[in-house]
Amino acid sequence: MHELALCQAMMSQVETIARTHRASRVTSITLGVGPLAGVEAQLLHHAYPIASAGTIAEGAELVIEETPIRVHCGRCNEDSDALVNRLVCGRCGDWRTELVSGDELLLVSVELDKTCPSPTGELH
Amino acid sequence: MCDTCGCNLTHGNEHLIAPGGKLEITASGREAVSVLHGLLHENDHAARHNRAHFDAHGVLAVNLMSSPGAGKTALLEATIEALDGDLSIAVVEGDLETENDAERIRRHGVPAIQISTGSACHLDAHMVHDALHNLDLAGIDILFIENVGNLVCPASFDLGQHANVTLLSIPEGDDKPAKYPVMFRAADLVMLSKIDLLPVLDDFDPGRAEHYLQNLAVTSPVINVSSKSGAGIEHWLQWLNDRVELQRAATHSSSGAPPVHSHDHSHGPAPAGARHVEK
Repeated sequence: MHELALCQAMMSQVETIARTHRASRVTSITLGVGPLAGVEAQLLHHAYPIASAGTIAEGAELVIEETPIRVHCGRCNEDSDALVNRLVCGRCGDWRTELVSGDELLLVSVELDKTCPSPTGELH
Repeated sequence: MCDTCGCNLTHGNEHLIAPGGKLEITASGREAVSVLHGLLHENDHAARHNRAHFDAHGVLAVNLMSSPGAGKTALLEATIEALDGDLSIAVVEGDLETENDAERIRRHGVPAIQISTGSACHLDAHMVHDALHNLDLAGIDILFIENVGNLVCPASFDLGQHANVTLLSIPEGDDKPAKYPVMFRAADLVMLSKIDLLPVLDDFDPGRAEHYLQNLAVTSPVINVSSKSGAGIEHWLQWLNDRVELQRAATHSSSGAPPVHSHDHSHGPAPAGARHVEK
């Protein structure tokens, strides 16, 4: 399983973003993952605490939004919902469809805390 | 999917970041930064670098994927023998452990670099890039990258290849495309391997395998092959020759264009005594 490798790649991107925005910590990370991305959300959740330990995102919430599988049919020019191993047109049944969404593996957004801790440890 | 032109944003996910969308939440004192980068941004960057390197040398790079034991190395051995020197070949082998496959290829007089991935279940673009430092691509027509035997993870990592070839061997069963849709959707060519076993494993129906591929909207060709008997090898060689011609035409048409490939290190064979790449 490559979910830990993916989480480590994600942490590298998140740390760069946090540094660029001079954030004190990362509070939330949101991913968009399609069922055809080849990644299990549950395994990402398991790998995430390991990959984020000791980083600026330690303790941040990981939100994984599943994107829907949608296909476009060139024959009837319609978009329809589809299943992970049945990507035929939901309207006319033609199999020569194109995937419109469902294989995304995206870092969608990162929520940053930009308040600085004071020397006494209080936020200001 | 790329990270530059906005094609990451589709009908399927744009609602997430639209005003009022689920991902537009901004709690007080906090800033939500919209990113929309592929999670494999760094791998994809390295893959583009590899591809530019292949293109600069006019090399066709083919990523071979399958379950363990589907016959990737045997296919390469049969290919080398059948080509009989008509095309110049080099091989990058990916396995968790051992140099066995690279040694099998070298016995045929073909250069092979073994990547030992340790516990990693797939090759990534950085591993392939490191391997390229030990390989002279001058005069090579086809570089085969034999991925780690695995029908799951290798499909997610771009290595810089020009084509993915996925093998499905007869003993595995004809419903593998339905069970591993991500892998088979990634294939530019599907090969049903070990077809010499069809008479004894007659519950495998090639028509059913193709039906499952069609359910995945896979329009890629399917070639039946037996590395052992040589059946179907001529169709495979024809496919390879067509792809090599395409790659040569692309290289030729881009000659004279500004160089797209530059970096601060050199590629080529490592000094004598250098170890093979391990990770």
